Amino acid sequence: MSLSASAPGPCEIQAGEMSSSRAAKSSLLALNQQGELEDLPRDYPLSTSEDEGDSGGERKHQKLLEAISSLDGKNRRKLAERSEASPKVSEFSVNSEGSGEKLVLSDLLEPVKTSSSLAAVKKQLNRVKSKKTVELPLHREEIHREVAFNKTSQVLSKWDPVAQKNWQAEQLVFPLSKQQSIFPPIEHVVSGWKARTPLEQEIFNLLHKNKQPVTDPLLTPTEKASLKAMSLEEVKMRRAELQRARALQSYYEARARREKKIKSKKYHKLLKKGKAKQALKEFEKLRKVNPAAALEELEKLEKARMMERMSLKPQNSGKWAKSKAVMAKYDLEARQAMQEQLARNKELMQKIQVASESVEEEGGAEEEGEPFVPDVVNEVQVKADRPNPWMFRNHSGDTKEAEVQGDPEELAEPAAQEAPESEEEGPVVAEEILLKEFEERRSLRQKSGLNQIAKPVGSQEAKDLSSQEVLSELRALSQKLNRESHQSRKQELSSTRTVLAVQRGEPSGEEEEPLLLQRPQRARTLDELEELGKEGCFQNKELPRAAVEGQQLERNPSNHLGVPKEKKRKEQMTDLQNLLTTKSPSMKSLAVPTTVEELEDEERDQRQTIKEAFAGDDVIRDFLKEKREAVEASKPKDVDLTLPGWGEWGGVGLKPSAKKRRRFLIKGTGGPEGPPRKDKNLPNVILKEKQNIHAVAHQVRMLPYPFTHHQQFERTIQAPIGSTWDPQRSFQKLTMPKVVTKPGHIIKPIKAEDVGYRSSSRSDLSVVQRNPK
Amino acid sequence: MKVKMLSRNPDSYVRETKLDLQRVPRNYDPTLHPFEVPREYVRALNATKLERVFAKPFLASLDGHRDGVSCLAKHPKSLATVLSGACDGEVRIWNLTKRKCIRMIQAHEGFVRGICTRFCGTSFFTVGDDKTVKQWKMDGPSYGEEEEPLHTILGKTVYTGIDHHWKEAVFATCGQQVDIWDEQRTSPICSMTWGFDSISSVKFNPIETFLLGSCASDRNIVLYDMRQATPLKKVILDMRTNTICWNPMEAFIFTAANEDYNLYTFDMRALDTPVMIHMDHVSAVLDVDYSPTGKDFVSASFDKSIRIFPVDRSRSREVYHTKRMQHVICVKWTSDSKYIMCGSDEMNIRLWKANASEKLGVLTSREKAATDYNQRLKEKFQHHPHIKRISRHRHLPKSIYSQIQEQRIMKEARRRKELNRIKHSKPGSVQRVSEKKKRVVAVVK
Repeated sequence: MSLSASAPGPCEIQAGEMSSSRAAKSSLLALNQQGELEDLPRDYPLSTSEDEGDSGGERKHQKLLEAISSLDGKNRRKLAERSEASPKVSEFSVNSEGSGEKLVLSDLLEPVKTSSSLAAVKKQLNRVKSKKTVELPLHREEIHREVAFNKTSQVLSKWDPVAQKNWQAEQLVFPLSKQQSIFPPIEHVVSGWKARTPLEQEIFNLLHKNKQPVTDPLLTPTEKASLKAMSLEEVKMRRAELQRARALQSYYEARARREKKIKSKKYHKLLKKGKAKQALKEFEKLRKVNPAAALEELEKLEKARMMERMSLKPQNSGKWAKSKAVMAKYDLEARQAMQEQLARNKELMQKIQVASESVEEEGGAEEEGEPFVPDVVNEVQVKADRPNPWMFRNHSGDTKEAEVQGDPEELAEPAAQEAPESEEEGPVVAEEILLKEFEERRSLRQKSGLNQIAKPVGSQEAKDLSSQEVLSELRALSQKLNRESHQSRKQELSSTRTVLAVQRGEPSGEEEEPLLLQRPQRARTLDELEELGKEGCFQNKELPRAAVEGQQLERNPSNHLGVPKEKKRKEQMTDLQNLLTTKSPSMKSLAVPTTVEELEDEERDQRQTIKEAFAGDDVIRDFLKEKREAVEASKPKDVDLTLPGWGEWGGVGLKPSAKKRRRFLIKGTGGPEGPPRKDKNLPNVILKEKQNIHAVAHQVRMLPYPFTHHQQFERTIQAPIGSTWDPQRSFQKLTMPKVVTKPGHIIKPIKAEDVGYRSSSRSDLSVVQRNPK
Repeated sequence: MKVKMLSRNPDSYVRETKLDLQRVPRNYDPTLHPFEVPREYVRALNATKLERVFAKPFLASLDGHRDGVSCLAKHPKSLATVLSGACDGEVRIWNLTKRKCIRMIQAHEGFVRGICTRFCGTSFFTVGDDKTVKQWKMDGPSYGEEEEPLHTILGKTVYTGIDHHWKEAVFATCGQQVDIWDEQRTSPICSMTWGFDSISSVKFNPIETFLLGSCASDRNIVLYDMRQATPLKKVILDMRTNTICWNPMEAFIFTAANEDYNLYTFDMRALDTPVMIHMDHVSAVLDVDYSPTGKDFVSASFDKSIRIFPVDRSRSREVYHTKRMQHVICVKWTSDSKYIMCGSDEMNIRLWKANASEKLGVLTSREKAATDYNQRLKEKFQHHPHIKRISRHRHLPKSIYSQIQEQRIMKEARRRKELNRIKHSKPGSVQRVSEKKKRVVAVVK
């Protein structure tokens, strides 16, 4: 039933102009065909139903009648029969059904041929037949359609990239449009909400107190006021000002950063000097103008100094002290050193009060000199964690020994720190220049140092250099303050020295200065004075040794502690000097070239070892042998099936007869005459010509479609995707399904909004209504 | 004294919740896990075999109609609701979860030719052989009320198909011409014709909703533009097209179910060659419907089977049939893309799984991971002969099987003849026409 409904029924209209016999024949033929057609559905028992059978029978019957009547020879006009649900009938669906052949023009013209009066028409017709048909010009409708089609195609092309993207996507998750959780604006929430708990009420009160607006636009009254308050010009000006201020600030910051980064000691020295000068000048000015203010200033400084003293750090927490503590367990000397250190610390703590008293005792004259003395003290403390030189000076008399013992420690430490630092420093050339400079300076300093020695020896106060330095400074200051004529030169000297004192703890370039500074102290004994004279020769003599010493220092500076004083001192001197002088060689030894050499060495070694390891191997010969064997194995072999003793005598020394052997020998087929091996002319290759049939069944024969090279395919197969081989994350990524659907969710067709296109706002309907047909 | 102890970060071995899996530290050193390819191959082989073992696609048969099912429609909002029209003019509404008919209407005299739901899901339209278009409420009548249509439109000619616009209150019917109706009016707001033969089906484009496609019995497919109220183009194929269906993910792609046993996928901008010819059926294809993901479509055929084709493949990936299923007249893919329904001559609607071996219900994450892995393995080794053979193996009824063989022979003979003709004629005189071009008779502007 459904078949008949859906299948196209031919439009059976028959032309009536056919001759009777032909018509009869054709109708019979049609009948036959109909019969065949009707037979078909019978194969499908369920499709045939009663009424269909009826209608088929009727039709047959009618056809039969028509055929019979046409046999009479009378022409009968046949009515058109339709099987379509349409009142209109297309003229194009006229067919020549039943005629068995195509209806051609000549058939229609047959009757015309006989009458000669229609010759002109015939000619015309012939002419028409010979002419080629010309395409009809486009109708208006066609143009309309063409334009509309082009427009629609353009509209549709915007979906091209979307479709392409979807095909290439690694994963598509449906439904496409995500349910967006819509957050209502806060004001809506707030307006529809009542405060119940006390906390909420409190918050609301606060909000209302501040007149926090709850509706759009969210601006407090103050904000509104500020918006109104300033005119545009004002705002612009203010903005410009702020910008300028910000720019300036950033410039200053940048400058400060730059200055901070400057490593030059000289620069910093000069800078400090300048600052000190400036401070002094200002202070003096202040003294002249406003003595009370100056006094206050002084007090302030004093206070700062006191604070600093109070906050002296515990003496056993430094790096050095810690290292000692570790060593103390095993090393007697280290223990001693530690004890000394502690004792000294105690002493110092006790004497703090004394020091302050003494400062007070010294009175006004000294007080005036102090403004930048505390600074110095502070700096010393900041720079290095060691006893305050300021305090040393005051009690130098009784603590002489302690100091002498302490000094080597102090020295050893910076030396230890310095050695690696100096090694890290820049290129060799720079080092050499530095060295030259040092030489020059040293010669100068020796002279000046000698002068200095002479001077402190004369004056009784000077015992410890560092303390003496500071003291002299103070003295100089006080003198300066009193007598301004003397001021210039002495102040310079003192300031330089303070700086020097400050920088004593600092390593590298200025290392010589501590050496210099220590001299007066040592010069108290005659031996030391002699050594001073000999210094020059020491330098040369101990050059090679110094490097070793330096290294030793690096490793364990504590070693030197147990050595008798004099020797120690010598060593220190020489060590420190040599550290400087031998810097460059040590640099060389550890710098890049050495590593390169090492690498080369390594390579050579490796090669050597490989050579040794594979000394007995001859790979090429082995390969050739293997190939020969393979060739031999592939050759067909004769099979000897002779059984000795079968059909004849057998035993030791008896061989089967040649005849028998010949008879039972099965010769290998193919033999040397078989097809030559493929690797015959390829000396470096063995081609195996036999396949493993068991494996072949599982192997892919043809390269599958998307791949263009077998390597690509092999690579995809070889990369495992299981969690046995891949970590969880990549396993998940590799096994990600291409299309994901959520169960129970309706997937709507793709929309313009889903892919970010703007959907057309105009309705399809409205347009239709505008131009109804 | 300090005692050195081994210490581990608890994060590396403590579970976050007790429902988590125990953490198993693994060493991914490839030397410890050798034979990757053979092991994965075996796994793939097993996965393929299991897929075939679990491939039981048939879920349910909804019986109740007293004549062949002529048309089916999906509910746009509810996955569980399906509408069907039968050849005796009866319309039934089914609940798929209960697998029961929930409503029954004697809608028309004669066939229910077409049925479609409104986009909002509140009502549906039917057309029948009695030259009427009727609109019905989706909800049944309340107690004591009579079952009556909301609107009835009496037409002059028989309507053979109907489809509703995807967004607006507009629907289109076809018959002698394509009519576009406003729901509120009793006369069409626009009718479009091109040619004289009756049009068997009309479909709105789901994406560009102003586009329509129709197919007529004079072997052509005509495209219309509703906005410009004009047909756009006509393509004439070798044989008649029964239905078309638009791809819901690609606006310009549609597939036509043809009488010549094939389906043709067209890009509507280039109608002179189909994008793909899908062949596997052995009799006329009567209906086609796309999966909502746009990756596959299902076709119903007169050969008593339905087949699932990937859009980009010319051969089907699945064939469903049962002994009792006769000529399948209509088919639909449900909107969650999980199931397929088909209505057939022998008065039943059948429910199938779209993926034959898929496990229904909620999967645990481990199950999901395992299925994903198996799926990937099958894909990876799909070209290997054993796996290919197993995964392609399907049981077919004898009639279909023998017809396939027969058609293969015929096709081969035709090909041979063509080759011979080329071989024995003057070089260049006989051009070889590609299979795709051969099927398109003409494109009319």
